[in-house]
Amino acid sequence: MLLAVLSGFLLAIVVPLLHRVAGKYIGWLLALLPAGLAVYFSTFLSQVQDGPLLLEYQWLPGLGISLNFLVDGLSLTFALLISGIGTFILIYAGSYLAGHKYLARFFVIMLSFMASMLGLVLSDNLITLFVFWELTSITSYMLIGFNHEDLEARKCALQGLFVTVAGGLALMAGLIMLAIMTGSYSLSAILASSDPIHQHVFYTGAVLCLLAGAFTKSAQVPFHFWLPNAMAAPTPVSAFLHSATMVKAGIYLMARLNPTLGEGELWTMMLMGFGAVTMLTGAWFAFSSTGIKKVLAYSTVMALGTLTMLIGVGTELAMTAFICFLVAHSLYKGALFMLAGALDHETGTKDITRMGGLRKSMPVTATIAVFAALSLAGLPPLFGFIAKELMLESLLEAPLWSSLLVIATVASAMLIVGVAGLVAIKPFFGAPGDTPKAPHEAPLGMLVGPAILTIIALAFGLMPFIPENALLQAAVASVYGAPVDFNLALWHGINKPLLLSALSLIVGFLLFRAWPRIQPTLHALNYAGSRVGPEAGYFKFMEWITVVASWQTRMLQNGVLGLYMLVLLAVTFGLAGYTMFSHYGVHFTLNLADSHFYEWGIALLLVASAVFASSTHSRLGSVASMGVLGFGVALTFILFSAPDLGITQLLVETLTVILLVLVLFKLPEFVNLSTPFQRYRDLAVAIFSGVTITLIMLAVLDIQYFETISTYYVENSAALAYGRNIVNVILVDFRALDTLGEIFVLSLAAMGVLSMLKLKAEDQHKP
Amino acid sequence: MKSNTMILHTAALLIMPLQLMFSIFLLLRGHDEPGGGFIGGLVAAGAFVLYAFAFGAEATRRILRVGPRDLLGAGLLLGLASTLPALFSGQPMLTAHWWDLPLPGGDYLKLSTPLIFDIGVYLAVLGTITSFVIGLMEAEE
Repeated sequence: MLLAVLSGFLLAIVVPLLHRVAGKYIGWLLALLPAGLAVYFSTFLSQVQDGPLLLEYQWLPGLGISLNFLVDGLSLTFALLISGIGTFILIYAGSYLAGHKYLARFFVIMLSFMASMLGLVLSDNLITLFVFWELTSITSYMLIGFNHEDLEARKCALQGLFVTVAGGLALMAGLIMLAIMTGSYSLSAILASSDPIHQHVFYTGAVLCLLAGAFTKSAQVPFHFWLPNAMAAPTPVSAFLHSATMVKAGIYLMARLNPTLGEGELWTMMLMGFGAVTMLTGAWFAFSSTGIKKVLAYSTVMALGTLTMLIGVGTELAMTAFICFLVAHSLYKGALFMLAGALDHETGTKDITRMGGLRKSMPVTATIAVFAALSLAGLPPLFGFIAKELMLESLLEAPLWSSLLVIATVASAMLIVGVAGLVAIKPFFGAPGDTPKAPHEAPLGMLVGPAILTIIALAFGLMPFIPENALLQAAVASVYGAPVDFNLALWHGINKPLLLSALSLIVGFLLFRAWPRIQPTLHALNYAGSRVGPEAGYFKFMEWITVVASWQTRMLQNGVLGLYMLVLLAVTFGLAGYTMFSHYGVHFTLNLADSHFYEWGIALLLVASAVFASSTHSRLGSVASMGVLGFGVALTFILFSAPDLGITQLLVETLTVILLVLVLFKLPEFVNLSTPFQRYRDLAVAIFSGVTITLIMLAVLDIQYFETISTYYVENSAALAYGRNIVNVILVDFRALDTLGEIFVLSLAAMGVLSMLKLKAEDQHKP
Repeated sequence: MKSNTMILHTAALLIMPLQLMFSIFLLLRGHDEPGGGFIGGLVAAGAFVLYAFAFGAEATRRILRVGPRDLLGAGLLLGLASTLPALFSGQPMLTAHWWDLPLPGGDYLKLSTPLIFDIGVYLAVLGTITSFVIGLMEAEE
């Protein structure tokens, strides 16, 4: 399982090599991995029937972080959707982006994204889940901004990143509160415990934080605006992002935690309220947009709202409807997005108003699109119909706000039927449109995926007992928190849900017929609304952040290095000195009897070079005497038998002097700009810092709060780590995690310096 | 920036290979004697800095063959790669793994994940300093 989850990352590393070998078949080749994963995950199908499965792997046991994987109905459903749809997306991408100069890079990010998503849905540990959650944010940022030369794409990618990462921060707080309330970081333990937590002090805070994370990720109103903008990504990304991954992460989290948090009223009401509003908003915008990808994107917002609302309702029936709608939506949305990409690719436009009569030139695309849209509209015999019937039935029986929710759902269903017409009827039937390119059938690689996904949707619709017995029973059990008995069927007799369905169908069709006439009005309405909408708020907020940032930069980072040092030293030693004097006082024993004359020599050298460095009028002299100071310290290390430290100090001193000399040429004439007051103030701070650190060092020699750990290192260095050089053993073995962090910081610093130098150089080249 | 003195050119050409070999020597002996990836990386960086002073940034890039940023990336990747054996054998992260390869003559070659890790540190340090120095020199031009 560990290998299965991480395999995407491992394969991503070798993609550039494979690309050279496989050439244009790279998509087909890479698709073997998710296909294999889907097969592997389906071997768990029979096991999850008996309840959740916990696969344990160690990671950082010292910090309580494990790589345990929780396989139950819910996570398996998601894992199968991700790997199954991922397979077709990779094939499709190989064809859609054929010949793109960054094709290899695309697959590297795509595979990492897929692996992060798998990790997210399978993780048992909350911290690991969070790590994967953030990884999906970062990889999707790179995917949305994949056309990085396009300013618009970069902006949209950044917007998606800001919104989801801001939510991610809240999520982390929420997860930690959840762990405090339940006493465990393990999801399986949290789900298994039956202690009611909705009366805990942290309950409200935890729910709000967790939902902030889930709502931003899953594009609920008022955070929905980033999702349609994420259309800036290449179509394969949109198809994957919308159908099985990214936006479903928030849904996954809510479904996952529903058995634990679902008892509280806050949870129920927030989910139902925000879900219903999001559903209506999405349906409205989907119907009033003209770009085919925008239409589909907003219909995803609708679906996400619906799913959230269903979790909020939380009855047995609602959870069944939730799982069915989740699967149905993934199948048709993946297919429709890939077809939209094919249309865009073959006709050269995304604008629905310019398409028409394409069924003659693109017969296969047209056929698949019609079937996928049937599922979107919720018509028999597709799986989407079953999901829609269940949904209406569960809302009719909802314990709270039942009639409101039914009205909202029927209204959005009407609009969505209209949307289905827009994507399946408008482009393919009627009078031929004027497309920029002469349309012709899309290549095989772009049709395989949508065809198979639609066939699955059809098969599930005709034989709903197959997915039901294989997985859905277990999935519903894991989101409801107890086994649920249900029977999926296409025909339920003539009842209220069917009548409501029929009503939405008729009104939806009329809406579709009226679309060419009313669309411009709707569009104008939306445009007027966009000035006060949440997206306008987002831009206001970003502007405000920039203003605050430039104000605080002017205040704190004014470019006077001397002042930085002054503040840093004064604060550090002020606090350290205060703590020492108030807790410990000043007492130490100074024993100079056993010091040697050469130690005195070095000490004198150190003091003399420090005095010279601060009083000389030559900059070069100052640098050189700082070097002497450093060498003196190195000498001290060597005298006190720390050769490694001594060597390091020597090398660092040498390189520092070299770097300083390099910069020295660039500096202006050495002049004294400080007033006497400033110089005495600096002197005072310097003396204060020096005295404080000296007192602290002397005090440290006397205090023994803990038993020293060096004896452990001395005893175990050779025995446990096979090394006699304790310093190195500590660096690369005992405290290797620290070192790993340090080399990352080091590299980040280097990147920062490089980009600053580069910016500076570019500034100078500008006229 | 580039120096035209004969002495520096000749000295750089003579000293640099020695310094690089010494840096690898320091890196490999590090686990038992004074040395290690950090010190080795600093010494190697010193070699390239000397070369850069003598022949300029452009020539240093050529002799490095890969960009300083790639060195950083390679170093970090090696650091992470050294955590994999422990991960896949179900041990806590960064648990050391040792392999003794028999050499002809009855000796053993000691290979280990700490060694891989140390090479990663070496490359990261080398990458950091060369990117500082080359970056500064190029910014001047």
